[in-house]
Amino acid sequence: MKIAVASGKGGTGKTTFSVALALANRDRARLVDCDVEEPNAHLFLRGGESTTTQVWASVPEVDASLCDSCGKCTSFCRYNALAVAGTAGLLVFPELCHDCGGCILVCPNKALSERKVLRGTIESRVIDGTLELVTGRLEVGSPSAPTVIRAAIENPSALQRRVTIFDAPPGTACSFASCVHQADHCVLVTDPTPFGLHDLDLAIEAIQGMAKPFSVVINRSNGDDDLASRHCRRRGIPVLMRIPERREIAECYSKGGSLLDADPSMGERLRALLDDLHFHVSGGPIL
Amino acid sequence: MKIAFPATGSDLSSFLDGRFGRATRFLIVDSDTGSFDILENNGNAEASQGAGIQSAQAVIAAGAQVLVSSHCGPKAFKVFQAAGIPILQAQPELLSDLLDKFRNGGLAEMNGPDKAGHAG
Amino acid sequence: MSPKEIVVLSGKGGTGKTSLTAAFATFAHKTVLADCDVDAANLHLLLTPRVTETGTFMGGHEASIREADCTSCGLCAELCRFGSVSEIDGWFGITNCEGCGVCVEFCPAKAIDWKPSVTGTWMVSDSIAGTMVHARLRPGAENSGKLASLVRKLARDQAQAQGADIVLIDGPPGIGCPAIASLTGASAALVVTEPTPSGLHDLDRILDLASHFSVPARVLVNKWDLNPELTERIETLARGKGCSVAQRLPYAKEFTQSQMAALPIPLRFPGSELAGRIEEIWKETQSWTMS
Repeated sequence: MKIAVASGKGGTGKTTFSVALALANRDRARLVDCDVEEPNAHLFLRGGESTTTQVWASVPEVDASLCDSCGKCTSFCRYNALAVAGTAGLLVFPELCHDCGGCILVCPNKALSERKVLRGTIESRVIDGTLELVTGRLEVGSPSAPTVIRAAIENPSALQRRVTIFDAPPGTACSFASCVHQADHCVLVTDPTPFGLHDLDLAIEAIQGMAKPFSVVINRSNGDDDLASRHCRRRGIPVLMRIPERREIAECYSKGGSLLDADPSMGERLRALLDDLHFHVSGGPIL
Repeated sequence: MKIAFPATGSDLSSFLDGRFGRATRFLIVDSDTGSFDILENNGNAEASQGAGIQSAQAVIAAGAQVLVSSHCGPKAFKVFQAAGIPILQAQPELLSDLLDKFRNGGLAEMNGPDKAGHAG
Repeated sequence: MSPKEIVVLSGKGGTGKTSLTAAFATFAHKTVLADCDVDAANLHLLLTPRVTETGTFMGGHEASIREADCTSCGLCAELCRFGSVSEIDGWFGITNCEGCGVCVEFCPAKAIDWKPSVTGTWMVSDSIAGTMVHARLRPGAENSGKLASLVRKLARDQAQAQGADIVLIDGPPGIGCPAIASLTGASAALVVTEPTPSGLHDLDRILDLASHFSVPARVLVNKWDLNPELTERIETLARGKGCSVAQRLPYAKEFTQSQMAALPIPLRFPGSELAGRIEEIWKETQSWTMS
């Protein structure tokens, strides 16, 4: 089973929740940090030996002896990554290239070949022998977030965990979609503020467009009659859990601690939550 | 000699457009005769980056041997440099005045791009 | 004279960037606002915009397989580098299309349509803080930065037309394409962060991005009193990278309370100490940008 933890708005507690969920269920679940632009899960889950793999993309390289400046590749490219500079021939702008490979295929003279460019890294760590964390990290300045997200998701599980939790990118656009698309269920984390709820509705719109089942977790909640609870009740959206608004939790977070450090009793609730989700998605218990 | 000017209007009584990549059009002027062709600069609306590259290619394909511009970003600059086409620095003045300045050798060459890579 | 563009960024989401941009806007004269945080945009929730002009932005294309003509050869699935082509029982379909056009070009049966896709809607509005250009990205749409670039361009056009000196941009979180589109060519970046491990980590990356695009950056630590030690570390990091440091702001309930009232902080709490501090920060940021 794959669960994506997402939110429309950044800063609602997506990583806080997914880290706690993984910690409480470390014997049967692993965490993949798909927020490749700004991965944060590793800041709370420290230690263990890491293995790093690189995510390469292929940008075109031109063999000037074969290129006749016909311009087929420059017309094809949707990203302006190629230019014919008069008699000087073809120029490539790798920083604009989105790695689609089309120019190489389109060239009638086979003048273009692939050159590898680093787009990101995937780090895999096992903490205390039980908790598996995979972190995807985009190279600063690179345009290829979905490529790195996919590589993180496809990274095989070192401990053969049956449940994978994705810490998804924030927002409602293509990065978020490329992650949620791979999941069986999406948990949306929101807070009871107008911004949080406005963006929750947009995230739901995107998820319904993908026909994915979802539910909501309310972070920094003021109780079951707070703005977010009423918002969800009105729309018939199931609320899986409320994490209360408490200064100790905020301070613990600011020191790099998890929800379980602030409130160990949450561990049981998070295990029950995962059991429920699994029943919902797969019709049976986690084996 | 053929000179390209990003232009705000459709003849030599118009002004140099302060933009390059997103200029509305270019006038490709024959400096000997004063006659010119208009090169419309459509199709750059889609690009978030690389508009300069497209414009540079179009200007080169239209046969320009010199570009007169007030700005040039690094990617477009690379294209012109590779093609051996000098870029002369100018203020957004009247095109007919700039043409005179060009003929009298009064325009200096741009040695490098004057803007960091940009969108918009 | 082209207007100066000041972009407010954060790296990490939820640091108070949008609330502060709205607050600055109330103090900024001869300024046009641009909400380039087009993916789940929030600025309009505080500024009551009245739309005067709007349009649909067709930013790219999407490929779509015509079932009737598809021979199930599977070439599209082989060629697609983005995993967008899936196959169920011999039927091929495309989801989350990247818009590169490869499958369309090479389908032997020419069974793939290349449809212009609606990226989103742009709007030019009158707001309580002046002219505002904003957009709504279609949920699930590609966010390559084109819509954000369009918002910036329209804001610049408005600024030119009105003789405004500044375009104040509410930028997106992260360091991907939309952040790049908001940052390139800007005169200055104000980065709003918070004293948490995530805040520090993400700040580091967004400052590198700003430097990559040669945009001078200034760092503001919001909610500084949650962790004074980490605040110091953040400001030291910023200075070490050659960035300037703005006055700090304490954790303040006024942020959420103003949101609830759908107003910028200085209008919900006029004359308050917090509003005064924000005004000072804005003035300092303005002179730093102009210098």
